[in-house]
Amino acid sequence: MQATNGGRGGLSVRNVSKRYDPKGTMLAVDNCSVEIAPGELHVVVGPSGCGKTTLLNAIAGFHSISSGEIYLDHELLCGPGKPQATPGADRVVVFQNGALFPWKTVLENITYGPVIQKRMTKTEARDRARQKMAEAGLSGLEDSYPGELSSGMARRVEIVRALVNEPKVLLLDEPFRGMDNLTKSIMHESLLEIYDRNQVTIFFITHDIEEAIFLGSRISVMTTRPGRIKESIDVDIPRPRDYRVLTSDDFRGLMIRVIDAVHDEAQKAFEAGEREMA
Amino acid sequence: MTTDGETVVQQSHQIVTAAQPLATVTTGTTGSPGAPMPPSASAPSARTRRVRTAGRTSVVRGTIGTVVFVGLWQVATSLNAWTGISPPVVAHLPSPSSVVQAFNHLVGNRGFWESAYLSSVRVMWGFIAAMVIGIPFGLLMAVSRTAKAICFPVFELLRPIPPLAWVPAAIIFWPTAELSITFVTFLGAFFTVVINTVGGAEQIDRRYVLAARSMGADKSTLFRRVLLPATLPSIATGAVVGMGITWQVVVAAEMISGGGQGAATGGGGLGFLIWNSYLGGAIPQVVVGMICLGIAGYLSSSLVRAASTKLMPWKMTV
Repeated sequence: MQATNGGRGGLSVRNVSKRYDPKGTMLAVDNCSVEIAPGELHVVVGPSGCGKTTLLNAIAGFHSISSGEIYLDHELLCGPGKPQATPGADRVVVFQNGALFPWKTVLENITYGPVIQKRMTKTEARDRARQKMAEAGLSGLEDSYPGELSSGMARRVEIVRALVNEPKVLLLDEPFRGMDNLTKSIMHESLLEIYDRNQVTIFFITHDIEEAIFLGSRISVMTTRPGRIKESIDVDIPRPRDYRVLTSDDFRGLMIRVIDAVHDEAQKAFEAGEREMA
Repeated sequence: MTTDGETVVQQSHQIVTAAQPLATVTTGTTGSPGAPMPPSASAPSARTRRVRTAGRTSVVRGTIGTVVFVGLWQVATSLNAWTGISPPVVAHLPSPSSVVQAFNHLVGNRGFWESAYLSSVRVMWGFIAAMVIGIPFGLLMAVSRTAKAICFPVFELLRPIPPLAWVPAAIIFWPTAELSITFVTFLGAFFTVVINTVGGAEQIDRRYVLAARSMGADKSTLFRRVLLPATLPSIATGAVVGMGITWQVVVAAEMISGGGQGAATGGGGLGFLIWNSYLGGAIPQVVVGMICLGIAGYLSSSLVRAASTKLMPWKMTV
């Protein structure tokens, strides 16, 4: 089910553990391994507080890991001797609640990355941004400020802002959390359209199982804390997908499989009274 | 003829907008469903028109409020003459008409204008110095833990000292009375500006910083293009509050220090003028000075506010 994108953006997470306190009684991620092929839309599902975000932050370089290695296209991001990856535009993050700069217009937000990296001149960046905005149906919003946009529009702008950096991997941390179901389904189709067009590797975190199956090429189910990969499930639903997929037999079958895998963990998390760790 | 016609058209348009502000805005911003957002040109014009109408209404209401206030004042001060009843407290107020008389007298007086000018200059320099020193100092404390550990305790010890308590010391420190008044004025705004800058910079949303770093921002880019604009709203708040304090402080400093350089020629600042008028028993003149201060403070705060809106166009939006 993988898109071909010239073999860019293969992510390899090998035996990664993360403990937040130095003595190591509180293990957030435990011996976690995931192989993500170039161009794959990989979804990690797990109960709240299972360490999904911890894993994403380690890949992004927002914090260190305690052991294990992470490679991007066979280059070491972090591992022994280099506990924390350097944040960079090859792994752009889109956050849970959105992080568009409110003091910049939509166009300035999108051109921010290429301009500060000095990869493009302002004019080039603007042309590129306009083209990407048009593809995502955002034309006409160039001069609006993020405060004027709906949450769905803002999130779409943010995905475009990430994409113009031409990252190897797009790291999406529950980007559609808290949206109503109708907006969410529109966002899903919009993300899939962007994904089909750009063939970029996506690392997507969620605890919404339907979202995971609808979007993902492959799903990794994470256990409750300490987070481990419990099971990896291939999603053999052909692309392009639209909402009709949701009622297909294949989809239902996968739904049952993933729920089976996640439910026990959610139950354990609930009993342990775990709260979401930001 | 043409200009008249235009005015009429524009006015009638405004009335329509005022009657149905919601309808106008809705059609302006959403457009037909499905289609991409229409060019934003139509929406802002509707918004500006609405703002302009709202501005005119508020001017009318503000005028009504002022007229009623002055009317009550006149009644209170004339009550004794009219009815023989002397109301408590307000009976000793000079009446508005006597204040107007005093004002007419002062308008021709060079010392009055000099005083107004001197106070404004002191406030301006004190305020500018507070911004120029306070903002970088606040940002430094927000960015560097070491700097904060060293400076913050001293800062917090000095902050609760009322600027007026500095007046005698300032007179000793500084070679001229002028400098000491300006210094005290500076102190009045400085602490507020710094506290707001530090607080604002420390509370900026971490996601902005992370997002910028993940797009490849280095430290100086983070500072200039994330920290600074994200802190701007708090800095602006500090500036508006600080501007208000400078006027309070300058007046008291002028009263205590004897007016500085202009005192010899009859103008030593509005504070000096008020105190001198009081000592000379010219109470209407005291009130004129007070009103001038009110106007000056109002104008300068509006100026700071206008400047900050200009610097932060994104704050204009809903």
